[in-house]
Amino acid sequence: MSDASQIAAAPNLPRMDRTQVTVWAMALLPIAVLSVFYFYPLIRVLLISVTEPTPGFGNYIDIFTSSPVRKVLSTTLWICVVSSSISLMLGYLLAYAIVHATGRWQSWMLLAVLLSFWVSILIRAFAWIALLQTRGMVNETLQAIGLIDDPIRFIRNPFGVILGMVHYMIPYAVLPLMANMRTIDTRYVPAARGLGASPFGAFWRVFLPLSLPGLISAGILVFIFSIGFYITPALLGGGRTTMVAEYIALQVNETLAWGQGTALASSMLFVVFTLLIVLGRIVKFRNMFGAA
Amino acid sequence: MDRLRANFGFAFTLCIAWTLIAFLILPLLVVIPISFTPERYLSLPEGEYSLRHYETLFTDRMWRKGIIDSAIVALGASSLAICLGTICAIGCWKLSSALGETIRILALTPMIVPPIVHALGMYRVWVDFGMIDSYVGLILAHTMKGIPFVVISVSAVLSNFDPRLEQAARSLGAGPLTAMRLTILPNIWPGVLAGGVFAFAISWDEIVVALFLTQRNVYTLPRQIWDGIQDNISPAVAAIGVVLILATIIAVLGKMLWDRRMAARIRGAA
Repeated sequence: MSDASQIAAAPNLPRMDRTQVTVWAMALLPIAVLSVFYFYPLIRVLLISVTEPTPGFGNYIDIFTSSPVRKVLSTTLWICVVSSSISLMLGYLLAYAIVHATGRWQSWMLLAVLLSFWVSILIRAFAWIALLQTRGMVNETLQAIGLIDDPIRFIRNPFGVILGMVHYMIPYAVLPLMANMRTIDTRYVPAARGLGASPFGAFWRVFLPLSLPGLISAGILVFIFSIGFYITPALLGGGRTTMVAEYIALQVNETLAWGQGTALASSMLFVVFTLLIVLGRIVKFRNMFGAA
Repeated sequence: MDRLRANFGFAFTLCIAWTLIAFLILPLLVVIPISFTPERYLSLPEGEYSLRHYETLFTDRMWRKGIIDSAIVALGASSLAICLGTICAIGCWKLSSALGETIRILALTPMIVPPIVHALGMYRVWVDFGMIDSYVGLILAHTMKGIPFVVISVSAVLSNFDPRLEQAARSLGAGPLTAMRLTILPNIWPGVLAGGVFAFAISWDEIVVALFLTQRNVYTLPRQIWDGIQDNISPAVAAIGVVLILATIIAVLGKMLWDRRMAARIRGAA
């Protein structure tokens, strides 16, 4: 009896195992590759930050005490807060308009946003430089029509950096916001209006609260993104407005201060992951990434 | 009256929205006139137009190398990312949900970590591995950056896939891999393709990691553009900008038409 059941089970057992093994291998093989070529480099960054030039947390103490580093960090913080708030506000407005626009217009607006989303960050920076440098098109035009005598300095300052960042980040705010707004029941606002709310009141007291989770998560996403900006500040800040990513690159390439550079990079990583955990409490990652 | 006010409010919103779209698109169009200037420096053409900067893209050794190297690296990286990302997405989908979810989130990290952070780490590790300034080195680095996009788009398609199809194949005697090849793959390829296009675009555009991992031997297009902006703001950058923007327009329009066709097909089938 027991023999018979063993014989019956035997052909099935290895087959089940084979399926399990295949599935595990499929899930873990890419993770193994990522571990060697991605997570190991990240761990190396953390290790260098506590071993070079001398073992210990000296590099991290320097972050709080060295005045050039503190200046860079405060510049980064305020530029990130300003540029991501502006991107979020404008993005919300644009997403609202796209979600509520009628068919044909909606496709055209979406097309424009996607187009802007995909254009290379370098080409954008180039276009802004061509337009806004002291001998650029905007200044030459303003001078030609006699509106100004001396060229206005638009770039190589915080204004240029914020302009470039907002221009890049608006689509990154619009797309998740739109995905969120599409989940809001379209009957709520008319219901509020029917109950006597003004158009703005219906928006303010019904639509806005419903879209708040999307607004917060898009805000965190855009802010995380803004912290890492390197190309835009490097080209439009022109060495005068240095943000942390560019400063790290300078530390490593020019002064070979790997310890300082990696300590800053590790802190950046820490901030990003903390924000992600906060984000994870607000929305399910699955929904967010599924939407993007 | 109230209805009128609501309409007026939305009309106002639409006006601002279109202004924003103009802000997103119009500044980019400045590359078009600049690319036709006959001068060697950044300027608008005045009555005289020239294609010399477009010619430069094809005749200048460095620009040609940039385009070819970018194509090699982006093709290599997107193919690898397609394989690894698809395998990972299917594996996670078949594992128990909590564990699969954890592995999936791990696979998404390269998307969210600031590029400068992994660029530093990769530089040091690539030095140890002897992969600095090699095609293999940059392809591998870009593969890591491409994997999350393939995982996301394949997972999205898999969430609509009926697992009973595969179970049916298994119960009819197919081995695990054969069953997947015959049932899952034919159904998820739009997601695989979309992820692959994403991974290609990410690699084609990538500059921060390339700045750290390559010197002269591998010289991708973004590095060439970066030099073109930093050194002397060459109008050739405007010419490549026009080409890249045109390619983006074609790709985005193609994607929209494609989506419309797929939606029509699904409606037709239902």
